[in-house]
Amino acid sequence: MSNLTITEADLHAYVDGALPQARRAEVETYLAARPQEAGRVQAYRRQNEELHRLFDPVLDEPVPERLRVPLAARRRFFPLRYAAVVAWITLGGVIGWQLSGMQHPPSTNSAAFARRAAIAHIVYSPEVRHPVEVGADQETHLVNWLSKRLGAQLKVPHLGELGYTLVGGRLLPGDTGPVAQFMYQDAKGLRLTLYVRTNAEDARETAFRFARENKIGVFYWLDGRLGYALSAEIAKDELLRVATAVYRQLNP
Amino acid sequence: MEEFGTQVVPHIPRLRRYARALTRERTAADDLVQDTLERACNKLHLWRRGSDLRAWLFTIMHNVFINQVRGRKVAADVPLNDEIMELPGHMAQADRLEIRDLDAALARLPDEQREVLLLIALEQMSYQETAKALGIPIGTVMSRLSRARERLRGIMDGAPEVTTLKVIK
Repeated sequence: MSNLTITEADLHAYVDGALPQARRAEVETYLAARPQEAGRVQAYRRQNEELHRLFDPVLDEPVPERLRVPLAARRRFFPLRYAAVVAWITLGGVIGWQLSGMQHPPSTNSAAFARRAAIAHIVYSPEVRHPVEVGADQETHLVNWLSKRLGAQLKVPHLGELGYTLVGGRLLPGDTGPVAQFMYQDAKGLRLTLYVRTNAEDARETAFRFARENKIGVFYWLDGRLGYALSAEIAKDELLRVATAVYRQLNP
Repeated sequence: MEEFGTQVVPHIPRLRRYARALTRERTAADDLVQDTLERACNKLHLWRRGSDLRAWLFTIMHNVFINQVRGRKVAADVPLNDEIMELPGHMAQADRLEIRDLDAALARLPDEQREVLLLIALEQMSYQETAKALGIPIGTVMSRLSRARERLRGIMDGAPEVTTLKVIK
């Protein structure tokens, strides 16, 4: 009995019911021979009981209205999102200016669309902490939210068979209104983005077109009311393979 | 977001209980809960489905609480004069009898000890979960728990309080 080593931590774990049975018995043996320590442990137990007696009634109180308002309705101003928009505009300007001299000029709407997609890819794909606004774990919410904002029913392609999993998505400002960006990544962390906008004027279908903005390859096409651009820093053939899979999933 | 709301709702009563014990004031407690829920909404992308939502919410509440306390301390540090410095000593004398209930005794614990004690004794978190929620090593959890319980016991037993306040002439 006297050679038992009981630490202060053991006594607290005993009070909190966190000890395995064998150890609990050892603590009880130890306390049986030490009334002062036993009294202290008893006092701690009473504290636990008293805390429950005092505060457990809160659990049964009706939750006040202000805490029950649908959580979605109470989104406030986000400094982070604001910062992202500023970064977007600034970086977009810088990259756009850099790109303008090097590549084919954005002579048509669709080429400008590919460029915007490439810029969005460059801005968000390196993000480590905030690559997306809504993660893939809430895919249904993500799709519903972006569909609502774009005013068109969106679908998110699943590219798992090609080795790319969905990270999530975000809402971006486009030339004529909101644009959606879905992000994917492979096992090595290589990221693809699918940029989706609504086609206000030219609701038609086009073939795949390819553009390269710096190192970023972009396949883009129009499909009725929606325009798509798939961007990644990968070989053209691989990107085409993914773009084809995306197209097939969107047009089953 | 709607889905997140549905998942959070069952945790609200426990968040309220903890907040009440932490602040011991109804309005302040619900303010703390409301700020916590709002912050959770804004940081939703940082939460991974399948991970422990309750632990995550308590971590956020801890951060909100600490920020509030820091804000208050800065404000409270401004008026420094002898009259105010003497006050706590007198109060300790006058309140001696009332302090003997645990509710009032809790208020005499430093915030960091009160948080640890409440997460363990009231919320029944494990020592490991508490360490994670508060972002401190488990050894620190144990020493704060030990000091919190001993200090409460001292106050409840009517042991004279050691005044840590230095009177500057």
